[in-house]
Amino acid sequence: MTQPLTIALSKGRILDDTLPLLAEAGIHPAEDIHKSRKLIFDTNHDHIKLVVIRATDVPTYVEYGAADLGVAGKDVLMEYDSNNLCEPLDLNIATCRLMTAAIKDAVMPQGRLKVATKFVNTAKRYFAEQGRQVDIIKLYGGMELAPIMGLADMIVDIVDTGNTLKANGLEARDLIAPISSRLVAGRAAMKVKHAQIQPIIDQMAAAVERQRQAKA
Amino acid sequence: MTSADRWLLPDGIEEVLPPQARRIEQLRRRLLDLLDNCGYDLVIPPALEYLDSLLTGVGKDLDLRTFKVTDQLSGRLMGLSADTTPQVARIDAHSLAPEGISRLSYCRTVFHAKASSLLASRTPTQIGAELYGEAGVGADVEIISLMLTLLESAGVQQVHLDLGHVGVFRALAAKAGISAEQQRELFDLLKLKCATDLEAWAAREIQDAALAEAFALLIRLQGDRQKLDAAISRMAELVPETSAELAHIQQVAEQLAQRFPQTSLYFDLTELRGYNYHTGLVFAAYIPGYGDAIAQGGRYDETGAVFGRARPATGFSADLKVLARFGTYQAEAKQTVVAPNDNDPALWQLIAQLREQGKRVLVPLNDDAIRADLYLKKLDGQWQLVEA
Repeated sequence: MTQPLTIALSKGRILDDTLPLLAEAGIHPAEDIHKSRKLIFDTNHDHIKLVVIRATDVPTYVEYGAADLGVAGKDVLMEYDSNNLCEPLDLNIATCRLMTAAIKDAVMPQGRLKVATKFVNTAKRYFAEQGRQVDIIKLYGGMELAPIMGLADMIVDIVDTGNTLKANGLEARDLIAPISSRLVAGRAAMKVKHAQIQPIIDQMAAAVERQRQAKA
Repeated sequence: MTSADRWLLPDGIEEVLPPQARRIEQLRRRLLDLLDNCGYDLVIPPALEYLDSLLTGVGKDLDLRTFKVTDQLSGRLMGLSADTTPQVARIDAHSLAPEGISRLSYCRTVFHAKASSLLASRTPTQIGAELYGEAGVGADVEIISLMLTLLESAGVQQVHLDLGHVGVFRALAAKAGISAEQQRELFDLLKLKCATDLEAWAAREIQDAALAEAFALLIRLQGDRQKLDAAISRMAELVPETSAELAHIQQVAEQLAQRFPQTSLYFDLTELRGYNYHTGLVFAAYIPGYGDAIAQGGRYDETGAVFGRARPATGFSADLKVLARFGTYQAEAKQTVVAPNDNDPALWQLIAQLREQGKRVLVPLNDDAIRADLYLKKLDGQWQLVEA
């Protein structure tokens, strides 16, 4: 019996890199996702649908079981931190680093640091592991501004080329975690729809491996 | 607080209204009757007891989940029960302390300071059964069969049964002599079920080639049970210490497959939920469209020890309200009878009789708008039921 399967994809850069991998698993959207304002797309398989949503919403959809599979960055997944999500495959796309950063050559003050970030849980966990008590300031974007304006001593953010940091007089300091996008699956979906999900994982894994070898 | 939010209930706490409340209550009676008919004796553990007793031998999760209050009589800390199983284990080990097997069941509200998952209520109505005194395949088969029968009785369809065995992981961990830190990393990797990450971890951390292969193989031991025979034999070959556990889970699966041919059976030996607490076979039932297990359980042979008697133990539980939501069970419809406001003793005798027979009999008040199926009317000097 073929059960319906929904895959939640993160908008933006991750989406561009995900579609070729899905294509290798034989899943093609029925229309051009980039040219449509729709949020839900049919595919060449009657039972598979794609939804395209904000990256931070992907784990929520998958955990509730509203979507069975999803693609999201490790940064988002670390922050979400759920017991009901599996990450069966590292897609090795949209790679970057989650780092701390501060104003170039700035000396950190004694005592509690003020850290601006949108990754509140991850930052708290990281500094606790370092044995440092910090005050976290939640921001939604433009982290680089916070140290310049004196709002924070340090930021925790995604660093790709480091150009944005440099342009604002900041420097990357410590690596918290290397980031790439992961295929995620709901715990229940992983069991109930195992027969459908496993071939997709296997085919995408093969595609990821081919890309890795092509790059090497 | 403004008057607008005075009616708000706390997050994750719900009230149940008619007709749903009636349906849930009827389902509760039906399922408790079923447990009774299967030989399981009902116990009613206290909602509140000393924390020492509630939280012995259980994981940190349950500690976080438990509401705590101070007992003003003794100065000791008490907890609102967040899980019935440790209490029933105490009852079996200490209060009842029977010779031989004991079979116990329960159904009551438990309280969660923190919901167990995104989908869960903070006041689930936990219904379940526990079987003490038998460690063999037979006991595991009995308790899982009971769970499946209960789900069927509640009208839950398309059940997928997931079987795991924490003993396999324990045997691997013991043989490899992994550190607490390594165990924590392994737990995270197994939870994420990422094969490549786990293989990389095993290659890096485990020196012995056979053991490294065994850890990498562990993550492949999930899926349709028929497709896993080769992998299971390989595991038993690599680490002979796991062969008893692997044989156990296969025997249980074999018997269940015969008893419940309609139920899909999956193995997942990466399943370590409740690892602190479980000691052997663990199981859970899943259905399409719900992101969490609908019923779950497993073996916890050590728990009784802290109450003076370690006994083989296994059991399962489910949230009655979730069963009502996903099950197709419908409460029996009742006929509503409207009686006139008359003080004739013959009428009141008849009303009492009808209510005994399970009919709903009302005497309308002024503004009542009751939809009646039948009326009680006096015809030829006799009170009689008349169609509406």
